[in-house]
Amino acid sequence: MKNRTWLALLLVLGLVLAACGDGGGTDTTEGETPGTTEPADDGATTTEGGGDGTTTAPGDGSGYTELDQALAGEFEGSSVSVWAQWLPESVEEANFTATLQPFIEQTGIQVDFQATPDYETALQVAVDGGNAPDMAQIAQPGKMHQYADAGSLVALDWFNSEKLGAEMTPAFFDLGHYNDTLYGIYYKADVKSIVWYPVQGFADNGYAVPTTWEELVALSDQIVADGNGNPWCISIESQEADGWVATDWMEDILLRTASPETYQAWIDHTIPFNDPEVLEAAEYMSQIWFTPDYAYGGSTYINATWIGETQDPMFADGGPQCWMQKQAAWIGGFWGENRDFIAANPDSKQEEWPIVPGEDVDFFYFPQIEEEFGTPVLGAADMFVMFADRPEVRALLEWMATPEGAAVWIERGGFLSPLTTVPNDSYPYPNDGLSEMVLGATTLGFDASDSMPAAVGNGTFWSGMIDWVAANGENTEEVFQSIEDSWPG
Amino acid sequence: MTSNQPGFRVLRALVIAGVTFAALWFGLRFLSDPVAFAGMPANLSKLVQALIAVVLGVAGIWALFYAGNAIIEALPAKATEILRPYLFVLPAVAVVGLYLIYPTVGTVATSLTDVPEGESFFYNYSQAFTNPDVLLALRNNFIWLLIAPLVSVVIGLVFAGMVDKIRLESLAKSFVFMPLAISFVGAAVIWKFVYAWKPAGQPQIGILNAFWVWAGGFLVDLGVISEVEPIAWLQVIPVNTLALIAIMIWLQVGFAMVVLSAAIKGVPAELTEAAQIDGATERQIFVRITVPSIWGALLTVYTTIAIAVLKVFDLIFVTTGGNLDTSVVAVRQYQEMFRFRNFGQATTMAVILLVAVIPIMVVNIRNLRRQGVGA
Repeated sequence: MKNRTWLALLLVLGLVLAACGDGGGTDTTEGETPGTTEPADDGATTTEGGGDGTTTAPGDGSGYTELDQALAGEFEGSSVSVWAQWLPESVEEANFTATLQPFIEQTGIQVDFQATPDYETALQVAVDGGNAPDMAQIAQPGKMHQYADAGSLVALDWFNSEKLGAEMTPAFFDLGHYNDTLYGIYYKADVKSIVWYPVQGFADNGYAVPTTWEELVALSDQIVADGNGNPWCISIESQEADGWVATDWMEDILLRTASPETYQAWIDHTIPFNDPEVLEAAEYMSQIWFTPDYAYGGSTYINATWIGETQDPMFADGGPQCWMQKQAAWIGGFWGENRDFIAANPDSKQEEWPIVPGEDVDFFYFPQIEEEFGTPVLGAADMFVMFADRPEVRALLEWMATPEGAAVWIERGGFLSPLTTVPNDSYPYPNDGLSEMVLGATTLGFDASDSMPAAVGNGTFWSGMIDWVAANGENTEEVFQSIEDSWPG
Repeated sequence: MTSNQPGFRVLRALVIAGVTFAALWFGLRFLSDPVAFAGMPANLSKLVQALIAVVLGVAGIWALFYAGNAIIEALPAKATEILRPYLFVLPAVAVVGLYLIYPTVGTVATSLTDVPEGESFFYNYSQAFTNPDVLLALRNNFIWLLIAPLVSVVIGLVFAGMVDKIRLESLAKSFVFMPLAISFVGAAVIWKFVYAWKPAGQPQIGILNAFWVWAGGFLVDLGVISEVEPIAWLQVIPVNTLALIAIMIWLQVGFAMVVLSAAIKGVPAELTEAAQIDGATERQIFVRITVPSIWGALLTVYTTIAIAVLKVFDLIFVTTGGNLDTSVVAVRQYQEMFRFRNFGQATTMAVILLVAVIPIMVVNIRNLRRQGVGA
């Protein structure tokens, strides 16, 4: 009898412990996952004339019908549900929530914003189940095409697209269209062609910012020769989206070694995935990734390290152990102590962070490779689409297509608007610089993997890059051939 | 009139059915929109809603059976006798049909019909069996099936045999049993930390590499080996698949042990005593008497774990995402379904899994029957 009581007690204890361990563990993962797809933060816009934007003065109408009605209080008390992939309790969620406040106050429309982890699956399930939000953010044009083909999206033929076309960077305006119909309004842009480096470390060692590929390689060699650790911080582990960082590298390099037409043909599969020009780009990439001593921790580190921690050795106690990291501007929130600081202070401004972007760590343009292809920029962007056609939903979407629709976030930093009407000088660091970079871009390339069929762009391209890294770049032809073979149809 | 008269029974049935119907009707309408229906304050309604949902759910089911029974009793006695069992089994059949049979048939149908125009019914299957990624997943499922159930059962059996009748038996068993209470996702997260890798020279946060480097350090000091490198358990092929299978074994050993331990206790003492008197050693008794006596339980445990292993998804999805040659059919199914939106391939994966599980289930159920469980 006594024995049995013991067993029961222990089992209960075991269950409790198991439950605790389980819950705690799961929380940790959620906290660490930056999203199921590429976190798209910060970004680029082509701002014409650098700052003489025309903001709409209150009173003389916004140029958008439903927005004017909403501002006149006609839809007071109604509500709009909005989903976005920005993670719960992230900086992005806090910023977007704050950004929506003026709209809520001015119109009396309630906006129910929900930041959703495992976003793409969650949205797809909601749409399939007839529970779609009124409005949702989408990062991949291919996804928008899918939803449009399925008839889930509201066509924006009522939108004042003449005004929008005049105020938005043409590349983004065009990308919001599908089959000559406007479906998506681009809201937030992202520049990926930048490399971050520790400012003090560069100064102490007399390292200059490289402006050509040769200088980049020479600098890498010098860091190795100086015994200063490894020049590159690279890693690609990203939970459900392992490998996307590598696809960004491929795309950024291909834009520099091939024409925009070739890049587009690669996406459209009018040339094979393993076209000689693509393999040439892969050669350039393996020069950085697989040259011995270039990448910190070698191939194992690249595959085994979570993207938010890629650059941790840059902030090691005894000085940088890796020196350069190619990543979009959102990575600043993950540098060293910034990670914990921001988790504790989601509303903090960049200059309050322990490691200040622009002072402690700065960026340079991922250099040109072949002169004939100029200085291209690889970008990504978030658009908003509508699943329900109600006047208050229209009003919110129209509002988001105006500079006021992002004013708070722009001021807080970490936001680049695709609108040319946002003055360049209203951006804090680094987006003023990024904005200029986009202005100087000879080509604006969009994330190719996002536009390829999902079986490749979110499938074999990712897993192929992982296999490539695992083999230390020695199976290039094999990997690119297998991706080519996996192209559907 | 008395309660035995047919007229009374019909009236009673009508009243009960009417009241039940009305209660459910208003209850469900209230639940669908309490604010509009009953003018409830919005902040209060959630709690009340939850309470009413619980009451309505439990009482509603009871009332439905009661009303159904009343209606049947209103019929002639003979009809009542015949119909009553069907009435009580109807909800279960309906639920199984709606949630199990209908989706299964639908899945098979989709896998045959969701094909490009002009292709045959078996397009998805021929695609699947020529896709190197699918073949790899099938191969991995096979490896899992080969290793995980067998090792789990052997460890569970040995443990059950060793702790049988010792002091603190239940304490020892509780520890082995504990992982069973952890979800697959939870276990995957825990083991992701166990297998964590940091570059050589840095503190190893994964316990396995911490131990590996520490133990290796001793050997280096002794001059046995020249250096020790941490191992990326989840990246190195084929170590990663084995590392994942180890998680499954860790989860399932407890189950095997509990069932087998109970079975061992069921072996008649006369048998083992007789063997002892005949001079058999403990090991001989275990191998020659105990194991054959619990053969049915062994088979049940083995097949149950085998079914769980065939369906494995979470462990891989959370740790490696199916990359680096670790994918299995269920992971392919998820990717085809939710990432690639390829319903034809996704349902084909589901059907392949279903077909693979069926023979094991047949063995499992037959064996349970033989033991008199559920016969």
